[in-house]
Amino acid sequence: MPIPLDPALPAPAPTRRTFLGYVIGGAGLLVAADLGLGGSPASAAVVLPSVPQIPEAYDLNDFLTQCALPTSNLVAVRIDREGDAHFALPRMEVGQGITTSTAMILAEELDLPLDRVHVTLAPARPELLFNQLTGGSNTTISTYTPIRVAAAVARQSLLEAAAILLGAQVTGLTTKGGTILDSLGSSVTYGQAAQKVDTSRTREVKVTLDESRERTVVGTPQRRIDALDAVTGRKTFAMDLKVRNALPTMVCRAPALNGKPVKVRNAAKVRKMPGVTHVGVVPTGVAVRARTFGQCIDAVRALDVQWSEGTVPGKKADDVARELKAAELPLAVPALGATTVEGSFTFHFRSGSALEPNCAVADVRQGSARIWSGLKSPIDAQSKIAKLLGLPQSKVEVNVVTGGGSFGRKLFSDGAIEAAQISKAFGVPVKLMWHRADEPRQGRVHPMATSRIRATVVGDTVATFEQRHTSVSCDFTHGLGERITAEVASLPSGLGNLGFSETVFLLTQELPYNFGVVTQLLNESNYDQSRFNTSSVRNIYSPDVRVANELVVDQLAARFRTDPVEFRRTFTKSGVVRRVLDRAAELGEWGRTLPKGVAQGIAIHKEYKGATAVVVELDCRPATVNRKVRDAVTGPRVLRATVVVDCGLAINPLGIEAQMMGGFSDGMSQVLTYSNHLVDGHFLEASWDNSAYTRQWNTPLEFRCEVMESESTEPGGIGEAGVAASAAAVACAYARATGTMPTEFPVNFRQPLHFTPKSFVPPVPASPTNGLTFVS
Amino acid sequence: MPRYSFQLNGEKVTVDVERGVRLLWVLRDVLGVTGPKYGCGINVCKACTSHLNGKAFNPCAVPVEKIRPSDKVTTIEGLADTVPGDDLHPMQEAWLEHDVAQCGYCQPGQIMTAVALVKRVQREGRAITDADLDAIRNVCRCGTYTRIREAVRTGERLMRR
Repeated sequence: MPIPLDPALPAPAPTRRTFLGYVIGGAGLLVAADLGLGGSPASAAVVLPSVPQIPEAYDLNDFLTQCALPTSNLVAVRIDREGDAHFALPRMEVGQGITTSTAMILAEELDLPLDRVHVTLAPARPELLFNQLTGGSNTTISTYTPIRVAAAVARQSLLEAAAILLGAQVTGLTTKGGTILDSLGSSVTYGQAAQKVDTSRTREVKVTLDESRERTVVGTPQRRIDALDAVTGRKTFAMDLKVRNALPTMVCRAPALNGKPVKVRNAAKVRKMPGVTHVGVVPTGVAVRARTFGQCIDAVRALDVQWSEGTVPGKKADDVARELKAAELPLAVPALGATTVEGSFTFHFRSGSALEPNCAVADVRQGSARIWSGLKSPIDAQSKIAKLLGLPQSKVEVNVVTGGGSFGRKLFSDGAIEAAQISKAFGVPVKLMWHRADEPRQGRVHPMATSRIRATVVGDTVATFEQRHTSVSCDFTHGLGERITAEVASLPSGLGNLGFSETVFLLTQELPYNFGVVTQLLNESNYDQSRFNTSSVRNIYSPDVRVANELVVDQLAARFRTDPVEFRRTFTKSGVVRRVLDRAAELGEWGRTLPKGVAQGIAIHKEYKGATAVVVELDCRPATVNRKVRDAVTGPRVLRATVVVDCGLAINPLGIEAQMMGGFSDGMSQVLTYSNHLVDGHFLEASWDNSAYTRQWNTPLEFRCEVMESESTEPGGIGEAGVAASAAAVACAYARATGTMPTEFPVNFRQPLHFTPKSFVPPVPASPTNGLTFVS
Repeated sequence: MPRYSFQLNGEKVTVDVERGVRLLWVLRDVLGVTGPKYGCGINVCKACTSHLNGKAFNPCAVPVEKIRPSDKVTTIEGLADTVPGDDLHPMQEAWLEHDVAQCGYCQPGQIMTAVALVKRVQREGRAITDADLDAIRNVCRCGTYTRIREAVRTGERLMRR
């Protein structure tokens, strides 16, 4: 069978490209570049040898990058008197490592030691319009070039100033670790040169990015720049901020999903409780403010509130499954007996919560407000809070604080908006924290979905492959929605009339196989965003879509009596995929002999301008599945995981490996153990003892990740790239180890609950008092 | 208002706070010691893990009145001072060596758990096993569990020196 060229492989980039940047007039050396200089979308001039799916030629990252293009805006690098560089990144660090990778890009281009590059997070900058959203693993893809240009302008300006100081020609100067040397061995430091740069007026500077220059920082494994702060407890999160008089504040929430307060029966009594300063109704519940969070918890538990019934009264997971079934789009190809391979899969709700719960500090005054929170869409937060408070947007200062994880959760600013409302209502600053119980029960979840697949085998080929993915509506109204609205006219033809979710689905989903006529369609069971609180949890559709795909691919391989790796190699239409597949099979020792009940699984995925392949060995033997760890969900155990990734130009291999490890933990848990049970109109899970996210007792005994040298010269996205293939590989291994194809995820969903649900009234559990009995 | 005293990171502290407030909030909200993190408040996520007289405990589950004036409470901020010299604790060094942290939120608790675990197996005259690592309950939602395992073993080796 002919294997076409990889249509997504970028054309070779020119080795030298010239850009304009600016030296900004004023005190000190401040240089800038246009953030709209991001990589050009591959919307044209791509050879398409076969009928392509949309993401092959134009994917979500092209879209996100294109959204930024018309936005005229600057990112600035400042060189201080010591010659250190400072940069405020208009994105959010949530653990994915972008402050480190950005510092590396700057250090490389500036020729400065990494520890002399200081990257912070920019506050909300409304002039950036759509260009301050952290999502879709797009940060490095969209900021790589502009940041390099700004750094190159700084370096060029420093060289020009040094030439005057040294009485030399610029062309005769070299830089080394923050020092500029002439051919005679004389030198000046960046700090000395910075003070001599002409900053009397703003001027343009032309710089050239030389791709052929040997890199010394980018591409080398570097530890995180915030690692020391993290291990000493100095790393500061929103709840660690010391804002004057911002006392602990929590919200008592309804027993039913999205229930609203109707009446508080004992506010006066609760207001008299120890430490409590304020009690008041807000749209989402009843807020309490106290000297300590512990006293907030006690007050929340004491509140006697009448609630409305919520948005899904009486509903359970099976009811939603029926809605999804009814909303499923029809398959085009009829079932044809022996030539048809089919699968129908259900993916249950799962919490998108990070370990750091929703939290924010808000200080709302007459005529102005200040907010601090971990926000991936700070401009959206600023605009919503301004509207809510009746203030001009310019009067709302929104500070972006490093987040304790996000996984898509912090695209929404629920905590910041709630904190602003409470601060306004109480007339005092507040430090709002959601109780853990609020997170899985009332926080944002990955939308429940089903996926139906039908493939048709004709002779020695797969003639059709249809997928109908049906999902509870996913909320994209965090600013990405605005971007889609704004950019809809510039989308490739045929996409203009789609809703947000369909657009994201079509721009991200790509079946990397030559299976004849391929259609992958999304439908949503409802179009209201108010019933369930959803968000595009890490890698939104891909993990579920790929689990369904790869399970059916294994069935097809069996039908062809072909080894799963060989089958994928034969049918993949991507050279990048084939490289990672071959390497993963080799490193993961595909096909080696394992005991009965232990099996390998392999899966591939192509997204974020790269590809991943994962091989796992899953132990489903009874002795393992039934192993006992106190208060733990054990089950099948991954003995060995091998992840191979090609993510384009690898900025920081150590950080990429970390993201693959985390992506694996996510993918594995959502296949085996991690979900939310919807029963009687609310979710049962209320804490980490209920939500069976990956723990040490589930962790692979061996984990290996290899970051492949890429043929691409541009960086791809990494924050989400590890999830889909990991989930699919675990699912395929489970099928092979047990001899049954799983159809519902996580696979333990129908097992008896491993916990007794915590109370819904009061909505949060009591703080324990027996901690000293567990001292060890 | 009642007054409570204890040893915190090598110094005597005295706080005026209502009886029953869990030690986590005394540390964070009253004393401003924010290394121990909130992740659940019911002693299941272990993000607040600190040491009481050198052993791991979770201040979210201990009312302040149960802490005696002679009790030594160590949080991540005081860990390095429990070993001689001005350097970090060997477990913190191990954490840096393996670049364990991602978002970093759970890491103070993870490190405090790891130190107590190594000391416990040393008291028992043995080395850390996979079963010991499997029994670590600290949640890391970023999923950097493998690096945690590697760092604990490195830290165990460094702590033997």
